[in-house]
Amino acid sequence: MKQIEILVVGGGPAGLCAALAASSLGAKVLICERDDHPGGQLVKQTHKFFGSEKQYAGDRGFQIGEMLLEKVKADENIELWIDTTVLGIYEDGIVTCEHDGEHVKIKPERTIIATGAAEKFLPFPGNDLPGIYGAGAVQTLMNVSGVKPAERVLMVGAGNIGLIVSYQLKQAGVDIAAIIEGAPKIGGYLVHASKDVRSGIPVLTSHTILEAYGKDRVEGAIIAKIDDKWQPIPGTEQDIKCDVICLAVGLSPLTELCWQAGCEMAFIRELSGHVPIVDDYLETTVPGIYVAGDVSGIEEASSAMVEGRLAGLSAAASLGYGKEEAPELQKAAMAELDELRAGPMGERIRMGLEKVAAKGGAK
Amino acid sequence: MLINDGIPTKEDLAKVMPSPERLAAGPVSIAECFQNIPCNPCVKACPRNAITMPNSINDTPQVDHENCNGCGVCVGKCPGLAIFVVDMTYSEEFALVKIPFEYVPVPEVGQMACGLNRSGEEMGWFEVEKVISGGKKNKTYTISLKVPKDLAMEVRNIKVGGYK
Repeated sequence: MKQIEILVVGGGPAGLCAALAASSLGAKVLICERDDHPGGQLVKQTHKFFGSEKQYAGDRGFQIGEMLLEKVKADENIELWIDTTVLGIYEDGIVTCEHDGEHVKIKPERTIIATGAAEKFLPFPGNDLPGIYGAGAVQTLMNVSGVKPAERVLMVGAGNIGLIVSYQLKQAGVDIAAIIEGAPKIGGYLVHASKDVRSGIPVLTSHTILEAYGKDRVEGAIIAKIDDKWQPIPGTEQDIKCDVICLAVGLSPLTELCWQAGCEMAFIRELSGHVPIVDDYLETTVPGIYVAGDVSGIEEASSAMVEGRLAGLSAAASLGYGKEEAPELQKAAMAELDELRAGPMGERIRMGLEKVAAKGGAK
Repeated sequence: MLINDGIPTKEDLAKVMPSPERLAAGPVSIAECFQNIPCNPCVKACPRNAITMPNSINDTPQVDHENCNGCGVCVGKCPGLAIFVVDMTYSEEFALVKIPFEYVPVPEVGQMACGLNRSGEEMGWFEVEKVISGGKKNKTYTISLKVPKDLAMEVRNIKVGGYK
């Protein structure tokens, strides 16, 4: 049995920041990361981040990931287990994982769940053909493995992920037939959209994919315009030749551990699925279990990093660390989150968090 | 409309355009950033403090065109690649347009590159006057393109490759 003060499940932007913040107050931390390279989605992000300098804005995602990882590795309070999949969490607080080919039990005093999110899929005829990918897989092929994933791509979804991955594909020399989006408006940042469009990538809002076709793999897709009830408009069909269809249609929080731990959960549409009810300090309804990042609602990586910091500070403070400095640092993190969410693009998140608060969570 | 197709309209652009007098006075930056998103590296980038966000990082950048001298530091720093510099005083015939660029290959000084407008349409072939690397960490290039004056407010990108 491995004893540790704070266990962080997931070594993405939220998890790494949680560990660093907890350690900065003096707590001993163990990070369990499923992949062999910590950093989560940061590893694949070749674009410059938004936000303010407090969230490393202007640096590229992978650079932020490398910087956080170096800090974690140099930190004597933090132990990092890679290739380690957390398997379960039990009523006595014991967490089990697969580590170095062994089934290992961990007894943490506090647990921070920072498991991130999974991509959503889209139902349409032909969606089981080889050549249909989630945007995350395309990014992994391109930006982690150095594999050109396609010659010509149809991107489905004009949120930030669809817009950014299209740009990265174009940078890798891949032709983008179009970015299609069911909603009448572009969901991601308009500067990302403009950057794509002036590189020759059309963005078609109020468009959907009707079917994918091909003999042994994707050879093309039929798309069509949709009306305000999301019904295809006859006669607007277009045949798009492509060898990959990339789906960027949203993410769902990866909450299995929260459910298993018995955290009170709620379905909150604005946060993209079932999320744990948390208080202002990101503690769930199970004392000693905290969450940070996409697991508590889908948002940008900059917010995930600040949430990680807040959860790490809170978990360490609850163990008696940083009595002097913790309250100020927690307040600063909360203020940063408020600032990141203050604009019109944060409205959805604010509404979601209000619903969480109404269910007895954060105020 | 910008929100539907990613292409800023004339009305959008009018809001961020320097005055004709200022354009006639030398290089100046134009922040084609129209949405209130949480982002402010341009504010920190400007060595003359000519870019501000009075209320919060969710403001769009306010460029003080009188204070801006068109140095172009912000062009390579904007994470959204949304800032350009236009110098209408470059020569009798040409304006100089500074464009952020993150594709390979990068054109070389003296080569001709195909200019694209905000819709990605080809606008003709223009000489590359200068290429500035953003350096190892930043990685964004700033390409200065010699553009006939009547196209200076149209050309905002170059087509990758095929430079001659």
